[in-house]
Amino acid sequence: MQVYLPIAELSVDVFLLLGLGGLIGFLSGLFGVGGGFLMTPLLIFIGVPPAIAVATQSTHVVASSVSGVLAHWKRGNVDVKMGAILLGGGFVGSTLGVGLFTVLRSIGQIDLVISLSYVVLLGTLGVMLMLEGARAMMRRRSQSRPGKLHSHNWAHGLPLKTRFRKSRLYISALVPLAIGFGVGMISSLMGVGGGFILVPLMIYVLGMPTSVVIGTSLFQIIFVSANVSFLQASQNQAVDLVLALLLVAGGVIGAQFGGRLGAKLPGEMLRLLLGLLILCVGAKLLIDLLVPPEDIYSLGLS
Amino acid sequence: MSQPSASLRPTAPRPRPTRPRRLARVLLGAAVVALIALPARSVSLVADLSSYLVAITTGFSGEDVLFFGAVDGPGDIVVVLRGPDGEQQVLRKSRVAGIWMNTARMTFEQVPSFYAVAATRPIAEIADQTVLRSLEIGLPNLKLALPAALASSNIAEQWRAALIRNKQDEGLFAHELAKVTLRDDRLFRTSFYLPPNVPVGYYQAQVYLFRGGQAVSAQTIPLSVSKVGLEADVYLFAHTRPSIYGLVAVAFALLAGWVAHAAFRRN
Repeated sequence: MQVYLPIAELSVDVFLLLGLGGLIGFLSGLFGVGGGFLMTPLLIFIGVPPAIAVATQSTHVVASSVSGVLAHWKRGNVDVKMGAILLGGGFVGSTLGVGLFTVLRSIGQIDLVISLSYVVLLGTLGVMLMLEGARAMMRRRSQSRPGKLHSHNWAHGLPLKTRFRKSRLYISALVPLAIGFGVGMISSLMGVGGGFILVPLMIYVLGMPTSVVIGTSLFQIIFVSANVSFLQASQNQAVDLVLALLLVAGGVIGAQFGGRLGAKLPGEMLRLLLGLLILCVGAKLLIDLLVPPEDIYSLGLS
Repeated sequence: MSQPSASLRPTAPRPRPTRPRRLARVLLGAAVVALIALPARSVSLVADLSSYLVAITTGFSGEDVLFFGAVDGPGDIVVVLRGPDGEQQVLRKSRVAGIWMNTARMTFEQVPSFYAVAATRPIAEIADQTVLRSLEIGLPNLKLALPAALASSNIAEQWRAALIRNKQDEGLFAHELAKVTLRDDRLFRTSFYLPPNVPVGYYQAQVYLFRGGQAVSAQTIPLSVSKVGLEADVYLFAHTRPSIYGLVAVAFALLAGWVAHAAFRRN
């Protein structure tokens, strides 16, 4: 059954979209990630214009983050103060990002920037995850060795020191502000929540306890993605609600199944698999950039 | 016989014609009557189409538009269907540090969003280049010029060819000439396929009757391609009230997330 997407101006099979939403939902439930970084490239592969894919995906991110954060909120795993500061940076970063997006789109470079950003991020992330997964598997076979609780680094020497009670931290507010800014920028250019960048930064740079990291990152992602969604719709008219609706419907169901399977598999193996998957998507995007195009000419905005 | 009821009816030996076909027959009949009734000199061509509105609905997956009509004697029929003109940017890639990126762009000012031609014979046999060019019949005769200051003529020709090629790949410029069938030098019919990605707007179909290399009669028929129903509402909403649309998008996402959470709370 074909459905016509009014903003993408494209006729796509409903079940393909529901299936895609379901698949990504399944993976996000399985691996505990947002899945935006896989959804956007897949939408591009099926022919959705990159700009529409990115903008619509940010709406999808809001929906999936809300359902995720509610569970964490109940368990008290959200550091609202940290979240608010990250959010402050995130708002500025994402607003500038959407502005940059508009400019890049008008000069015909947005597709390249989206693809390149994905190649770089997915490549780095995939390698990191696979290395970590492999290391963890080997470590478990030999002997487990406890790491330091948290270390002092350059981030502790900056001004504007603030106490974050829930995270049991006393660090400069500039660091989360800068992190929020950077991730907000990436989020608006790539149509992702940015959890996969935010979470490692919160753990390794800020030194936050793992228990509050997921809830807090989801908390800030909701607001940043909502901001991106709103700006993409109002500035670029690039949010396709029909597409978003189908992806969300598929994603909600998929996530439930993914979550159940994920609870049964060992974490290291999951990380190894996720790393592999991410590398494959990144490689496909990279190949598309490197292989000479069939036609060096293409149509731009009309 | 798998369908005994059909075989009992002597008047329906063949499968029933599809709806546009039946409609075409009725209208065609009317056109012939009109043509015969009128003095032959004043009107030598009458044409019409199956529907003046192509509605892009939720299930839209392309549509055939049927043109038909009658003429008062031998001649060649040419039908040109074109979508609204607009600016069109064309981008060219080149390799920069191993990566293929857009490095040049040109903007054509008056490009029809859709273009297709149907004729009884290859158009070169119907009329000569000058006539075809003045009427913009056939892709090579379409006026698609770049501002002279931007590109020399051979470079401009490459961009023009690229524009046409890409529009053809999108199915918006017809690859081939469609066939107009003319019966007994009286009745003609042809159809154009509008693909799912057909741009919206007011289209114009020019129907020409050629005799001795000259267009002796012509008729313009308007055709509207527009989104209707939910698709139209969403599109219009997104473009006329972008801020409110944005708020609705966010509200929808928040609600969807909450519903998802509530629905699976037990797990």
